[in-house]
Amino acid sequence: MTDFVQLWVYLSSTPLFGLTATLVTYVAAQALYDRMGRAPWANPVLWSVASIGLVLLATGTAYPTYFAGAQFVHVLLGPAVVALGWPLWVRRAEVRRRGVALTLAAVAGGVCAAGSAVGLAWLFGMPVDVLLSLAPKSVTAPVAMGIAERLGGVPALAAVFAVLTGMVGALSAKVLFGLLRIDSWAVRGFALGTASHGIGAARALQVHPDAGAYAGIALGLQVLLASLLMPFVVRWMP
Amino acid sequence: MTALRGLALLLLLQAAGEALAHSLALAVPGPVIGLMLLLPALQLSWIRTPVAAAAELLLAHLSLLFVPVGVGVITHLGLVSQYGIQLLVVIVLSTWIGMAVTAIVLRALMREESAKEKPGD
Repeated sequence: MTDFVQLWVYLSSTPLFGLTATLVTYVAAQALYDRMGRAPWANPVLWSVASIGLVLLATGTAYPTYFAGAQFVHVLLGPAVVALGWPLWVRRAEVRRRGVALTLAAVAGGVCAAGSAVGLAWLFGMPVDVLLSLAPKSVTAPVAMGIAERLGGVPALAAVFAVLTGMVGALSAKVLFGLLRIDSWAVRGFALGTASHGIGAARALQVHPDAGAYAGIALGLQVLLASLLMPFVVRWMP
Repeated sequence: MTALRGLALLLLLQAAGEALAHSLALAVPGPVIGLMLLLPALQLSWIRTPVAAAAELLLAHLSLLFVPVGVGVITHLGLVSQYGIQLLVVIVLSTWIGMAVTAIVLRALMREESAKEKPGD
């Protein structure tokens, strides 16, 4: 038993632990998701985050110890954001043809998502740094962190809010679109990508190829619009 | 190998974006500038082919990349226990509002567009 404890103490302090835990848990969560017929509640991000979080808390492992290994996955978010140019380029004819409609919808949805989040949190009396970290929550996590930092929020909180937003969108989009009678896969995918970024887009891609393509366009557009517009909006606030 | 060459190109574009963002003190994050640099560069086939392979690999497993930051929620348990329910209400409602507004606006604009395309109908 003491041997086992010593081995655990050794392994959990090396970067190998964080990287292995992240990949193994995600692969298992993805297998569960596939087995459950890709039901929204079985979302692999949700279950990976919850199980790794619980293991860290139960074993008293500090987050930085985990992150020492998990950062090798995390750094790939940067090139993944650059790679969002690819779906935009593939669908460039559609982006050009429907450019005005898509941009208007993306701006309207982005402003309403950010505005309602900040407004509601302000009503609940949350501190200013939390409000500023909530503003970019509909933008993919790495970009949300960058925007929050420039606005004066907390990057780590912004990332957590963005991931939660992505999970809420992926979990509830089906029901919401059903209630609103949105039948078009293009519109569904675009709305999911606009409001809940990469996690929503990943869900859209698994449901229907058209939804996935439009979610990819929305994801790229939201990244561009939010990073260009948000710093200006905050500058004008009292 | 093609995907690996693509990843190298994506990292180079990100680095160029970060360099521009820092040296010009831009408000836009480096990877987003990298994205803007990528769009015209995709005209060149020696960039397009490898970037396509790397992009498809990265974007197919995009959700995995969010796990490390997501686990970071355990470092903010204080905030979560203080504002837990309120934060959940804020995040759920604002996500639904954003999603509904985008869908309704886009549906209306696309209907108008297809009505213009078929004036006889």
